Amino acid sequence: MPESSTSLYAAREPIFPRRVSGRFRNLKWVIMVVTLGIYYLTPWIRWDRGPNLPDQAVLVDLAGRRFYFFWIEIWPHEFYFVAGLLIMAGLGLFLFTSALGRVWCGYTCPQTVWTDLFILVERWIEGDRNARVKLHHAGWSVRKARLRLTKWIVWALIGLGTGGAWVFYFADAPTLFRDLINLEAAPVAYATIAILTATTFVFGGFMREQVCIYMCPWPRIQGAMMDNDTLTVGYRDWRGEPRGKARDANAGDCVDCMACVNVCPMGIDIRDGQQMECITCALCIDACDDVMDKLGRDRGLIDYLALSDAPREEAGEKPKPIWHHVLRRRTVLYTAIWSLVGFAMVYALFMRPEIEMTVAPVRNPTFVTLSDGSIRNAYELRLRNKHGAERMFGIHVNGDAMWVLGLEGSPYSAVPVAANETLKLRVYVTAPVGSESAQAAETPLRFWVDDLANGERAYKNTIFNGSGS
Amino acid sequence: MAEPRIDELTGRETMGHDFDGIEELNNPMPRWWLISFYLLIIWGIGYTIAYPAWPMISGASKGLLGYSTRGEVAADITAHEAANAELVTALLAQDMGEFDPQSDLHRYAAARGGAVFRAQCSQCHGAGAAGGEGYPNLLDNDWLWGGSLKDVAYSIRHGIRNQTDDDARYSEMPAFKDILEAEQIAAIAAFIPTLPQADWESEAGVLFTDNCASCHGDQGTGDRELGAPNLADALWLYGGDQETLVETITYSRFGVMPAWGQRLSEEDVRAVATYVHALGGGE
Ligand code: SF4
Ligand code: SF4
Repeated sequence: MPESSTSLYAAREPIFPRRVSGRFRNLKWVIMVVTLGIYYLTPWIRWDRGPNLPDQAVLVDLAGRRFYFFWIEIWPHEFYFVAGLLIMAGLGLFLFTSALGRVWCGYTCPQTVWTDLFILVERWIEGDRNARVKLHHAGWSVRKARLRLTKWIVWALIGLGTGGAWVFYFADAPTLFRDLINLEAAPVAYATIAILTATTFVFGGFMREQVCIYMCPWPRIQGAMMDNDTLTVGYRDWRGEPRGKARDANAGDCVDCMACVNVCPMGIDIRDGQQMECITCALCIDACDDVMDKLGRDRGLIDYLALSDAPREEAGEKPKPIWHHVLRRRTVLYTAIWSLVGFAMVYALFMRPEIEMTVAPVRNPTFVTLSDGSIRNAYELRLRNKHGAERMFGIHVNGDAMWVLGLEGSPYSAVPVAANETLKLRVYVTAPVGSESAQAAETPLRFWVDDLANGERAYKNTIFNGSGS
Repeated sequence: MAEPRIDELTGRETMGHDFDGIEELNNPMPRWWLISFYLLIIWGIGYTIAYPAWPMISGASKGLLGYSTRGEVAADITAHEAANAELVTALLAQDMGEFDPQSDLHRYAAARGGAVFRAQCSQCHGAGAAGGEGYPNLLDNDWLWGGSLKDVAYSIRHGIRNQTDDDARYSEMPAFKDILEAEQIAAIAAFIPTLPQADWESEAGVLFTDNCASCHGDQGTGDRELGAPNLADALWLYGGDQETLVETITYSRFGVMPAWGQRLSEEDVRAVATYVHALGGGE
């Protein structure tokens, strides 16, 4: 009977990562503080946009259908900016993965950051690895219950903070905070907080690496972004093997102390080679470097290295320089496309017209004959005022000089458009009886709109339908 | 039950099912999965008791909570009506003679009227209100009975030439086949399109003055009191060609519109009048 288990549902092997210190661990602390700081604090940055507009620097105003990002204001029809950002995020992920493996996963992925934070809490309350392993196997006691409860409460509070921070991106933060406390906020706010609290609690506290291995699609895709020149966490087996006691002259550098395995949040042994589960967090590098330092051996038994370097290093040559790994056709291409999208978006952002107008000819009917025989066409104009103050828009047409313009419900050829609103306006263009455009089937027509205050203008071309006789 | 058999290769229990020598291993579902599954079944049963679900002989079970989608729609409608109550009151109080087209009330009335129009009026006057032969175009500036907001509202409320509303706008053109000879009718039909620069001294001009001017006016420009069309403009309700004019004069026309005041609420009448008036033809 073979040993291998065939269970489809292997029970989860709990992982108790050991504390580690070192340069990568420090980098991870810094990144944790910065990313969490950005996440929790951003909604509280104020930004004065003048009257009638929200004073929050970053705000997704779903009800008002606006997205505010500091000085940038995105309207629903400009959603391509968001699409562009998503494309850039995707390409950025490709770029970093092809250069450095799963660094996103190891350092900045929310799942990793919060899991790291949760493990930190766990370690504070229950002690380091050995204490936690012991506690895990111990039967229930008052002490265990107390420790567990404390841990879960702190986790739940962090979860609450996470869900709580999220909703502030969608409403004025101070107001919402007050409403939340007074139980006056919208039910959807409470529901969102509850769901995010629960997911943070469960994902960060209990599922941890399971999310990365079984739920996240990225580990399955990343292989396509990497090649032999990608720098990723690896073990120099030609240097470490065969493992043995430090005193053993025939053994390699690896003393089989299991430090690298014990610190790994994914619960893998990097000495088995590259694995899908590895998030290249480099904690094993820190752990092993520590051991090597103590033994007085060279660091880098576990290191960021590229597969293509292995044979050269094994043969005693120097590895290729770092820039050789980072600057490859693949990474240059990703960078180029990434910058292209970025430039296009910045360009689009600055070239956004100040006046936006759409013109839709009314097609039912295409034209109306008036009692004196003149021909009238109707158009639906939408005028968008993206400024914080009311603007007066003048409207006129180019084309047949005989055309008479009329605005619905207004004796003038100018209309006020309220701040931050889109005005729908019906405009009539009449061609006198016998005029060329009244008789032609179609005549080109251009609508001009200008801001009477500052002279900015915009136009849209359309068609005037005549009787065609 | 027999002792569970242990599969030799895997060392696992089998289910005891044997299909031509192929046996099924006992791989139980994870417990959390099973628990959620059973809980959902229980929840499902509770749900079908609480809400309408089970098909019965006449209709489905009502459910303990008394919920129904129809009830929800009714509640929705009531809520909307309540939300608009103020606007409706204002609309009922609004002097239709001076309705500010820039006001919020006007926008509300026009939007509401548009909905009423599409449901009730578009069958005859067309979805775009451009009318058709015999059905007036509501977009142009030609009105049989007057194009002010008040006049339009009156026409909608009481209708035209119907038998149901005593206040309906009413007039009747005689069928001239009993009054004039066919040649005389043809002459008038030929004369009408020459209006307004017509030869009034001609035989047809004299015939027109004698027979038609009492309703359509000395110059043929119509009379809104009588709903008599302006014959001197470019618009024709039934057609301005010779043949149609002969037919119109010979047999006359009798366009009928129902009294919508009997079918619609007063606020709907006012709303649809506002909408029609704002379409570009209103005076
Ligand atoms: S093997 Fe090393 S780099 Fe990979 S996840 Fe584990 S600790 Fe992090
Ligand atoms: S930490 Fe280094 S020395 Fe220790 S087992 Fe891992 S690779 Fe070997």
